[in-house]
Amino acid sequence: MRFWRLPLDARDHSVPVGELHIIADRCKGCGFCIEFCPNKVLLESKTFNAKGYHPPETLPGRELECVNCNLCQVICPEFAIYSTLKLSKELSKEDILRYNEMMRTRRRDYVRE
Amino acid sequence: MSVNERAVLTGEHFINGDEASAEGALAAGCAFFAGYPITPATEVAERMSNRLPEIGGVYIQMEDEIASMAALLGASWGGVKAMTSTSGPGFSLMMENIGLGMMTETPCVVVNIQRAGPSTGLPTLVGQADVMQCRWGSHGDYGVIALAPGSAQEMFDLTIEAFNLSETYRQPVFIMSDEIVGHMFEKVVIPPADRIRLIPRRKPLVEPSDCIPFQADDGLVPPMACAGEGFRVHVTGLTHDEMGYPHIVHPTQERLVRRLVDKIRLNAKDIIRLESHSLEDAETVVVAYGCVARSARESVERARSKGLKVGMLRLITLWPFPTALIRKMSKTVRTFVVPEINYGQMAYEVERCAGERAQTVLVGMMGGTMHTPDIILEVIEEFSR
Amino acid sequence: MIRRMSAVEAFEPSCHLSRDTERHGVHPDDEYLKRGRIPHIWCSGCGLGVVLNAFIQALKVREIPPDKAPVVSGIGCSGRAAGYLNLDTYHTTHGRGIPFATGLALTRPDLTVTVFSGDGDLFAIGGNHLIHAARRNVDVKVICVNNFNYGMTGGQSAPTTPLESRTSTTPYGNVEYPFNLAGLAGAAGAVYVARWTTFHVRFLVDSISEALAKPGFTFIEVLAPCPTGYNRRNKLGQGLDVMKLYREKSVIQHGIPPQEAELDLQRRIVVGKFVDIDKATFRTEYENLVQRKARKS
Repeated sequence: MRFWRLPLDARDHSVPVGELHIIADRCKGCGFCIEFCPNKVLLESKTFNAKGYHPPETLPGRELECVNCNLCQVICPEFAIYSTLKLSKELSKEDILRYNEMMRTRRRDYVRE
Repeated sequence: MSVNERAVLTGEHFINGDEASAEGALAAGCAFFAGYPITPATEVAERMSNRLPEIGGVYIQMEDEIASMAALLGASWGGVKAMTSTSGPGFSLMMENIGLGMMTETPCVVVNIQRAGPSTGLPTLVGQADVMQCRWGSHGDYGVIALAPGSAQEMFDLTIEAFNLSETYRQPVFIMSDEIVGHMFEKVVIPPADRIRLIPRRKPLVEPSDCIPFQADDGLVPPMACAGEGFRVHVTGLTHDEMGYPHIVHPTQERLVRRLVDKIRLNAKDIIRLESHSLEDAETVVVAYGCVARSARESVERARSKGLKVGMLRLITLWPFPTALIRKMSKTVRTFVVPEINYGQMAYEVERCAGERAQTVLVGMMGGTMHTPDIILEVIEEFSR
Repeated sequence: MIRRMSAVEAFEPSCHLSRDTERHGVHPDDEYLKRGRIPHIWCSGCGLGVVLNAFIQALKVREIPPDKAPVVSGIGCSGRAAGYLNLDTYHTTHGRGIPFATGLALTRPDLTVTVFSGDGDLFAIGGNHLIHAARRNVDVKVICVNNFNYGMTGGQSAPTTPLESRTSTTPYGNVEYPFNLAGLAGAAGAVYVARWTTFHVRFLVDSISEALAKPGFTFIEVLAPCPTGYNRRNKLGQGLDVMKLYREKSVIQHGIPPQEAELDLQRRIVVGKFVDIDKATFRTEYENLVQRKARKS
């Protein structure tokens, strides 16, 4: 779905912004959270945890993209990551543009046979 | 699941040993039976299937004996007294889960109405050749309590005892009966409910957050925290520490297994039950159990009337074995005569304890029929000269 | 007999109350996990942690009090799940989790009894118990994690191993046809049958929470990656690669007969809720029919 303009009832809605908490030493580097985050907020860090794995970290500049969907929290086999609601912000024109761009690029990443 | 007054059929009954055992279980508060039909234990199951629904208990015929034993353990962890009955082939199948019951310290009662083996053997006829299997049947080390009733009345009484012992020592307890005792019809007197002594399950007295589920206050038997009581215990067949968590190392194994064996070994004096006749000056002692003890008793009386110094020791508990008593007796007794319906099982125990001091003579019959008094008397006479 | 054994005091008491507990309580789901037992033993990329996670979410969704939700498991990697949950948990013998759970469920109708185990435990050694419990419709909720091999013992073939696959005991390729687990459970009479993968984690949470609330024998098969065993020997890559494979190859088909639900990792994986019917449970029949008649006589 794509927006062609800011919805008329934009002020009645807010976009949740989540804060990610990563328990680095529990991570086993499986990569599920990084791959399956709908907004591609995470990447594998270069640092090592105590077991030698690379835990995830938020992509710099994408901290506000996390919408607190909790998918990383549910799909993590290690209980090493969870998100909490940081704030709710009003839907703005920039959000629409960013969303459209993300949908456009996402379709290209993943093609179902 | 509450058990009501219909559980105790106070009065005099003319029933067989199997049925008496079922009534004993119900009188003890048993509210769950999971079993599989097998001659000669089927009557226990049939009686339970008849009576449990009357009193609000649950009877389920499982798909095999393995499932039956597993279901018993599950029911027991639900907080309910549970029992099964079987014979040789089923007993063999139950062994793995008996081990689980021992390792997880789950109270329950397993009744084996022994028949002649090995394998399918003589399904409808008596045997006593499972008694060693009862002690050592499942892999690994653990202590065993086994009772051997000799009459239909004892089937009733000892089944209640078995439940009490299983709750006291928190493990499966065996009733090692046989086809003759199981199928004989005799008078059984069931007392009023208030005259039956029952030992309730011991629960932890501390808060769940302070509970260490497999730590025994007296050093040997921990109280039991059943499901749904807020204790959230992890129960596993893996070697576990006092919290119940798997801990696959040698020191934990040492502590755990020694406690499982010592639970019974160090309390043997309180568990062992025996019946003796004319032992004071006996030079020959007949050691017998189950149906054979009835013939043994007669043979001892006949021997006495012939002037022979013979006595009898009846093993009511087969395990723990009265090691100290036999050892002491072997100082004054010359011969132990052990009639049993097998090729020597308890006889080995007697021989082990008697050592070189006294000789042990097995009067073995392979199965299908029990000893007559004459058969035992002949051996007594031969070794009493 | 003289017993000469080393003094037990020589071995240090090792009650593991204090092992790795500083981080316990940080994660919002930690109250469902046993203190000091995380991180668990499962490999990086193994799907079992995902199923455990989904189960915990389902318990929260259904608001089932943790004291009233015992979990019974068998032997295998899946069986270890019981040791991590902060509930009444029973780690039983191989294949015998379902009859154990039957005994528990029948004596405690106030509890929601879940069996959490694997494909080998439930369908090889435990196969007989599964079909009978389904036939009887006992109140037991089964979650079967299917990784196509026996993982814990090193990756041997299982009744679910696809034809021609390599495992440690089929080094030249498997020559046996595999079971369709959802199909078997449905044919045996399960009142709720679903199949998901660890990729379909949201559906899985919903499915488990439906099953927990439904009376009778419910069965959910969850395909999970086994990076060290099956995946490695069959060149399927890491756990993440298999998750992507699930994403690519799976198709949701609710309501189709489970015997027709295709499962081919190279072609098509049919997932969904296949069976959701209502049937009187063993307990209902026993109480209504048997006990009523017994009291009348």
